[in-house]
Amino acid sequence: MSYQGKKNIPRITSDRLVIKGGKIVNDDQSFYADIYVEDGIIKQIGENLIVPGGVKTINASSYMVIPGGIDVNTNLHMPYMGMTPADDFYNGTKAALAGGTTMIMDHVLPEPGSSLLAAYDQWRELADTKACCDYSLHLDITRWHESLREEIEALIKDKGVNSFLVFMAYKDKYQCTDSQVYEMFSIMRELGAIALVHAENGDIIEEEQKRLLEFGITGPEGHVLSRPEEVETEAVYRAITIAKQANCPIYITKVMSKDAADVIAQARRKGMVIYGEPIAASLGTDGSHYWSKNWAKAAAFVMSPPLSPDSSTPDYLNSLLSCGDLQVTGSAHCTFTTAQKAVGKDNFTLIPEGGNGVEERMSIIWDKSVATGKMDENEFVAVTSTNAAKIFNFYPRKGRVAVGCDADLVIWNPKGTKIISAKSHISVVEYNIFEGMECRGAPVVVISQGKIVLEEGNLHVTEGTGRFIPRKTFSDYVYKRIKARNWMAEVRGVPRGIYDGPVHDVTSTTKAVPSTPSSRGSVCPGKAQMVPVRNLHQSGFTLSGTQMDDHIPRRTAQRIMAPPGGRSNINSLS
Amino acid sequence: MSVSGYQGKKSIPHITSDRLHIKGGRIVNDDQSFYADVYLEDGLIKQIGENLIVPGGVKTIESHGRMVIPGGIDVNTYLQKPYHGTTTVDDFYQGTKAALAGGTTMIIDHVVPEPNQSLLTVFEKWHEAADNKSCCDYSLHVDITRWHEGVKEELEVLVQDKGINSFQVYMAYKDLYQMTDSQIYEAFTFLKGLGAVVQVHAENGDLIAQEQNKILSMGITGPEGHALSRPEELESEAVFRAITIANQVNCPVYISKVMSKSAADIIAQARKRGAVAFGEPITASLGTDGSHYWSKNWAKAAAFVTSPPLSPDPTTPDHLNALLACGDLQVTGSAHCAYSTAQKAIGKDNFTLIPEGTNGIEERMSIVWDKAVAVGKMDENQFVAVTSTNAAKIFNLYPRKGRIAVGSDADIVIWDPDKTNTISAKMQKSALEYNIFEGMECRGSPLIVISQGKIVSEDGNLHVHQGMGRFIPRKPFPEYVYQRIKTRNRVMALQGVSRGMYDGPVHEIPATPKYTTPAPSAKSSPAKNQPPPIRNLHQSNFSLSGAQIDDNIPRRSGHRIVAPPGGRSNITSLG
Repeated sequence: MSYQGKKNIPRITSDRLVIKGGKIVNDDQSFYADIYVEDGIIKQIGENLIVPGGVKTINASSYMVIPGGIDVNTNLHMPYMGMTPADDFYNGTKAALAGGTTMIMDHVLPEPGSSLLAAYDQWRELADTKACCDYSLHLDITRWHESLREEIEALIKDKGVNSFLVFMAYKDKYQCTDSQVYEMFSIMRELGAIALVHAENGDIIEEEQKRLLEFGITGPEGHVLSRPEEVETEAVYRAITIAKQANCPIYITKVMSKDAADVIAQARRKGMVIYGEPIAASLGTDGSHYWSKNWAKAAAFVMSPPLSPDSSTPDYLNSLLSCGDLQVTGSAHCTFTTAQKAVGKDNFTLIPEGGNGVEERMSIIWDKSVATGKMDENEFVAVTSTNAAKIFNFYPRKGRVAVGCDADLVIWNPKGTKIISAKSHISVVEYNIFEGMECRGAPVVVISQGKIVLEEGNLHVTEGTGRFIPRKTFSDYVYKRIKARNWMAEVRGVPRGIYDGPVHDVTSTTKAVPSTPSSRGSVCPGKAQMVPVRNLHQSGFTLSGTQMDDHIPRRTAQRIMAPPGGRSNINSLS
Repeated sequence: MSVSGYQGKKSIPHITSDRLHIKGGRIVNDDQSFYADVYLEDGLIKQIGENLIVPGGVKTIESHGRMVIPGGIDVNTYLQKPYHGTTTVDDFYQGTKAALAGGTTMIIDHVVPEPNQSLLTVFEKWHEAADNKSCCDYSLHVDITRWHEGVKEELEVLVQDKGINSFQVYMAYKDLYQMTDSQIYEAFTFLKGLGAVVQVHAENGDLIAQEQNKILSMGITGPEGHALSRPEELESEAVFRAITIANQVNCPVYISKVMSKSAADIIAQARKRGAVAFGEPITASLGTDGSHYWSKNWAKAAAFVTSPPLSPDPTTPDHLNALLACGDLQVTGSAHCAYSTAQKAIGKDNFTLIPEGTNGIEERMSIVWDKAVAVGKMDENQFVAVTSTNAAKIFNLYPRKGRIAVGSDADIVIWDPDKTNTISAKMQKSALEYNIFEGMECRGSPLIVISQGKIVSEDGNLHVHQGMGRFIPRKPFPEYVYQRIKTRNRVMALQGVSRGMYDGPVHEIPATPKYTTPAPSAKSSPAKNQPPPIRNLHQSNFSLSGAQIDDNIPRRSGHRIVAPPGGRSNITSLG
C-alpha cells in the first residue's frame, strides 16, 4: 500500500486533475459541473472547462463530488499507562482517507501538570512525520491552574490552536470543579476559543465504580453500569448552565445518549450557542455488546461516555443530526489492541478507552441517515465537513467545493455497498465494533491536497504528507452572536440612596471566621467587610436625595417591574 | 397583640375541658369532602358523623357549612437560625403564633448547626428552645452542614432515638455548607440506608461564588446583586444534578424551596420518568416574584433576599401554583426566616452579607387558597393535600396529622373561603417591620383554629401560651416515600456477565514513572489489585466455565445479547 499501488496506475506527474460529469454536492446545493484542480487547489468549476492537455481525467458520472470529510475528534496518540493507541498518525490517517475523510482534528492530551506547549510540540512532530492527510489539533486541559492562561494565549496566538477540551470526568486525574470550568469558559470566551467539554459526572462515576467492584462485577459490563446515561446528561446540563453564565459558546464532544442529545437540543431552543458531536460509534451501534460473553469483543466497545444499551439510540441521534439539533460528527477514533485492552481484564476501570470509527464514519452516516431518508445529501455534507469547518474556523478553505478551496474531494458512490470487517479494514486492531455491518454509500476516489489517494480500492499515501492547518480565533459562525450578547448582557445595579437606617451590631465574636458564602468575595474592590460598629452618619450629607425615613418600608409607587439589563432575556428567546 | 396570653381580650368562656363539638361543617380531606359533625376530646378526634351523642355542656362551634380542614403543616421554617451572632426576630414563640393565626397547626423547623458543631448538641438546643416557646406542635429537620465520617453515628442516633427522619444537604454556600457530588452520593447512600427523607438545598454554589465576585467587582452591592448572582439556571442545574445522584443511589429526594419555573419543570420531568422526587414551593415563590430586588427602597429590596432567590419572571407564581395543583409539586412550606431591617442592613454595602430569609408562615394557607383554589386551578381537596396531607405522608406523620378522621390529632381549621383579608405588616403577628406580600388581598382565611383540641384562634384573637407545642417524633422509612424504593432495591440487583476467563495476551505495561496515576478509581477496587505488569497466562489454566482456547479471538458469534442487564435504566424510565 505504498505510494506505488500494486496495479500499474500511471504515475501522476503533475498535480493537475479534471473531474468530469459528477454532481457537486455542497451543504447548500447540488449541481452538475466539472472541476479542475491544480496545485492542491480547486481552480475552476463549470462546464466545458479549458484545461491544459494531458491532464488526468476522472470520470465521475453517476457519482457525487463532495468535500472531503473532516473528522473532528480523533485520539491517535492518546497515552494510557505508558501505551499509545495501535493506530498512530500513519495508520489512523490512512484509515481516514480510505473512508473518505481528508482531514482529522486530533486531541493533544498532556499529562496533568505538564506543559501544554511541550505536549503540543510533541504531537506536532509526530503528526508532521506520520500523518497522510491534513490535520489540526485540539488541546485537552487536563489540570487547570491560573498559570495555564499564558500557555493558552501562546497556543492561540502563535500555534494556530483555537479549541480546548475541558474534562468533567476522570476524578482526581483530569476532572475540573465547576469553578474551574467557569474560569476556563470565561477565558475561552475572552480569547475567542471554542470550549469543548467531555461531559460526564466524574464524582458519581467514581462512586459507582467502587460499588460495582465491591459487588464483584469486573468485566466490561461494569463500564457501562458505572456510567449510566443520566450521568452524561447531568454533566451536559451543568456544562450548559456554566456556559450560559460565562456567556461562552460550548461544544459537547461525544454525544452518546438520547437524553444528552435532548438536553443540547433544548438548550439550542433557548438560544444557547451550543454544538453537539455524536460519533461514528454512537451513530452506528449500541451498548448491548458490553454484555457479550466474549471478553475481547465486549472490551472493544469500552469508551467514555459509553455506548447506550438502548438500541434505539443510533436512530435517534441520526434524526437529531438530520434536523440540525446536532451539528458535527467525529469518530473519537482511539484504538487499542485486545492485548492492550486486556490490561483491564480483571478490572473494567483499567481497560483503555476508545473504539474505532475514523474509516467508517462517512459510510455509517450515509447508510443510517441518507439511505434511510432521514437526511439529504446536502445535510450529509454539512454534518461530515462543512459545519466542522465553520465551527473550527477553516471555512471555506475546507468543507466546500468551490474555486479557491483546498482540493480535498471525495467522489462518492451512493449506491456502493461495503461490509465492514476487521479483515478488510485499514486499522491495525483485531476488532471492529461495526463488524458485519453492511453500509450503503462508499467513496470511489479520494483526493487529498489535489492528489488521488484512493482509486479503485487502492490507497496511495505517503507518511508525512499531511500538513498542519492552523486555525484563528473568533470563528464567525460561533462568535458573532456571542459578541452581540456581550454588549447586550451588561448588568447594571440600581442607583439608590444610601441606606442609613439602623444596622444590627454584628457581634465580632468567635464565629467571625466562617462568615458568609463568599467571603471569598474579597475581590470586591475597596468594599471590605462591614465593620461591626455603627457609623450611621458616615455619609451625613448626600446629594442623592435620601430622606430621614428612607429605611421605613412603604408602599411607594416606584415598584420597578422590568428586570434589569436583560441577562435572562437575552438567552431565552421564547 | 400584646395581650395575647392564654386569656384573650374578649370574654370567651374559659375552656374548662378539652371537649369541643363542631357542628354543621363540611369536612374536607385530601380524598373527599362531606358534611358531618366532629367531636373532639383530649386533643383527639373522637367521633365524626351526624347526630353525634356528646356529653352535655360541651362547647359547640356552629360552622354553618364552612369547611373543616386539617390544620396546615408548614414543612419548612427557620425560627432560630443564627447569623453572625444574631438570630431571627421571629423565634419559636413569635413564629408559631403567626403560624396558628394563619391556620397552620404544625411546623417542621430546620436545625442549622455550624459546620464544626455536633448535630446532636445543636439538635438538643433547638429541641429545648422549641419546647419552651413553641405554641403549636412541631418537629425538626436536621441540616447536615458538613459531611464527614463522624456524622454518620450522630445521624443514626437522631433517627433511632430522637425521632428525626429528615435531613437537609446543601449544594450551595461554597466553603461553608456546600458538599461535593461525591459527598452527596455518600450522604444519599447512608441516609437511604437509615430510611430518612433527604432534603436538598439545590443551587450551584461554585457558580454563585464566581458570579458574586464578578458582580461585586462591577460595583453592584445592592440586593439586586443577590438575584443577579443566583440566576434560576443555577437552581435548576443543581436540582437536575441532585435528582441524577439520587437516581444512581436509588434514594428518594426532596427539593426544598422550589423558586423557579425551570427547577419545578425538572422535578416534574423526573417524576414522569419514575424518580421518587418531591418538590416544595414556598409561600414566597407562590405569592410574589423577584422584581422587587430592583426596588429603590433598600429596606424593601433587602426584605426579599432569600435563597434560592425569587425569580424576576412575573409568571413564576402562576406556574408553580399550576404544578402544585396538578401534583407535580407536592408540599408547601414557608421557609419563614425573619430578620429585621436592621439585621438585613448588615449587608447594606455588600449583598452577600444580607441575612437570607423571608416571611410566609402566617400567609401560606391564604396565599395558596387565593392563587390556586380561588382562581380555579385547584380544588379544595388538593388544597388540603398540599397544605397538610402530603407533608404528613412524606414525613411519616400520617394519619396522626393531615387528616380529619377518628383517632387523628384534633388540629383543625375552620376555613372561610369567602373571607378576604389584606396582608400588611401592620396586622401581622410576625415581629418583622416588613411583609413581602404587603398589600396583597387574599381570598380565603381561617375563622377558627384548633390546636391539640383547643381553640387557639377565633376571629383573629389568639389564645396561646409559650410552650404548649409538643415535639412530634417521626419514624424512618415513611411508606409513602420508601415503598417504591424498597421494591426497586429488590428488582434492581446488579448482575455481572459470567464469562470464561480471558486468557489471551495482555499488553505489558512498562513500569514507567507514571505508574502512580492509574485509572480513575483503581484505589478502591477491593482485593482486585491492579494486575501485575507481567504475563501470567495460565494462572487459571483449568476452569469449569467452559472457556475455550480461542475465546480471545473475536468472532461474529450468535450470542449477541440484546437485552440489557438488571434493568437499572428500565426501572427509572417508565416511559
